[in-house]
Amino acid sequence: MTITESPRYDVLERAAYTALGGVADPELDEPITDLGFVRSLVVRSAGSLAEVEVHLRLPTSFCSPNFAYLMASDAKDVLTSLPWTGLVTVQLDDHHDSGLINAGLAADAGYRGTFGHEAEQDLEELRTTFRRKAHTAAMERCLTALLRAEPDRPVERLGEVVLADLPTDRHTEALLRRRTVLGLPDRPDALVLVDHDGQGYAESDVPLALRRARSTRISIDGNAHFCRGLLRTRYPGSESEQVHRPDGAESADASYDPTFIPLPTVPKEQRR
Amino acid sequence: MYTSNGESYFVVDAHIALWDGRPENQRNLHGKQFIDCFYDYHRNLSPETEVWSYEDYLYQGGERLMKDLFADGYVDHAIFQPAFLGEFYHRGFGQTEEAFALASAHPDKLTYNHNFDPRNGEAGLDQLRADAERFGLKGVKLYTAEWHGDSRGWRLDDPWAYRYFEVCRELGITNIHVHKGPTIRPLDRDAFDVKDIDHVATDFTDLNFVVEHCGLPRLEDFCWIATQEPNVHAGLAVAMPFIHTRPKYFGQIIGELLYWIGEDRIQFSSDYALWTPKWLVEAFAAFEIPAELSEYAPLTVAQKKKILGLNAAKMYGLEVPAELRLPDADETATGPRGADESDLVKA
Repeated sequence: MTITESPRYDVLERAAYTALGGVADPELDEPITDLGFVRSLVVRSAGSLAEVEVHLRLPTSFCSPNFAYLMASDAKDVLTSLPWTGLVTVQLDDHHDSGLINAGLAADAGYRGTFGHEAEQDLEELRTTFRRKAHTAAMERCLTALLRAEPDRPVERLGEVVLADLPTDRHTEALLRRRTVLGLPDRPDALVLVDHDGQGYAESDVPLALRRARSTRISIDGNAHFCRGLLRTRYPGSESEQVHRPDGAESADASYDPTFIPLPTVPKEQRR
Repeated sequence: MYTSNGESYFVVDAHIALWDGRPENQRNLHGKQFIDCFYDYHRNLSPETEVWSYEDYLYQGGERLMKDLFADGYVDHAIFQPAFLGEFYHRGFGQTEEAFALASAHPDKLTYNHNFDPRNGEAGLDQLRADAERFGLKGVKLYTAEWHGDSRGWRLDDPWAYRYFEVCRELGITNIHVHKGPTIRPLDRDAFDVKDIDHVATDFTDLNFVVEHCGLPRLEDFCWIATQEPNVHAGLAVAMPFIHTRPKYFGQIIGELLYWIGEDRIQFSSDYALWTPKWLVEAFAAFEIPAELSEYAPLTVAQKKKILGLNAAKMYGLEVPAELRLPDADETATGPRGADESDLVKA
């Protein structure tokens, strides 16, 4: 975590910030701390407990209010569950629903209590949908990496790949974490290409399943970088709060991300 | 027309606006937030040389539009796709009278599409009939996330929307452009899928549904639906400028669209005045799928010509010089076209 090196916060604030690292933007599949969504964090001692005030910021005024609410209420939950916190205030700044969301959070009104008739769907359903997408994307990253490393491997046979066939790297680790969240097995002989219920695919269905997974991965990576870029445009200086995202990174990211190392571009004919 | 490397392209900018986001037209904070959000998109994705001042961005007027599109921007024909946003702006965001007057003065260059809102009920149906006659409508732009009193959105498969589509069918308004993209959304109603497109495309097979922003930020949902519905098309508004800072992402979007829906159903647009077409047209004609994306075949000149203009020209019945025309690809009506794969085989 970058926070341990940050001079911005004291010990309790760091602990609070670390806790916020457990809150993810469901659509971008990334912690709000890595995305730079935490605008400020202040801890004040109040007797035996401490008061915490957090301000969150998002890339646009019109970010989807259900996601905004989800992140803000998760932030409040993780801070409230710390043993040393008393009053926890989470405020969402500069959003078209700031007033509504902040009032709902202050009153612990819940999602439906905050949005009334507009909240047709349960937040847990929303969360589940995006956990499945995150798994799909992680699976595709592993299998495409395998294909690129072994271009002669027939795509149709990817349905036979098991976890033990994957290298030990960050893609595989990320896949295992997302499988755990969905309750999918992590045995070495478990199939990699599965749907969210753990079902594999017939050989003839594998190419299409991989293509679908690919479009999911492209969506998530593309959105993540677009949102990060918009946040930097909207809040100059916020780049210093963003943690490098290797998935979907491009050369242009080097200009603000000092940890970015562009991959060498190898012409196709040399690779094949 | 744009000519580069001996190839000429007939350019149709299929999604433009003549907007007024100036403070005197802003009804409330949302009006300011809306244009500011657009301006952030503009600043974030444009090359430095193409970034406008905030003042310039708030309002352009017809003269500047004509210069940016036709004198400087290589555009042969452009189509207005106005958003009303009456809850945010006193006189609406898209300027109906100004845009229609401009289109009437330059019928060879501009087509005026208007909008409707099914929450206006019977009165709105009468208005649609009047608008169709007055503007000679071939298409409409629908904004399902539009606010309207207590409602912050509607769906294309709402029963009232169906009544409007039936009237579109009756009036010959065949091209239905639907905003499905980033920025303002109602809550759960369309927060993460384009399912309502699936329903209407199946029930109104004689109408074309152009999904603007090709479903971004949920490209995969769009692709999955569009691949099954032959009358669903991808509009590249807001996707285009990724060509500059995020060429890999742009290459992946194009690669996926070619695979899932094929080269005949993708339409270029600058989304003016979010961006100007000049640099986008130049960049697209010169664009190649980055070599490291070995899962995609190269983008062909014919595919670029179709995307830059021929596809929209066909949908709107625009006259294209004979030497610039191309035949449709020989692709399946439904299911993945695999346009990139078939090209690999040919190569």
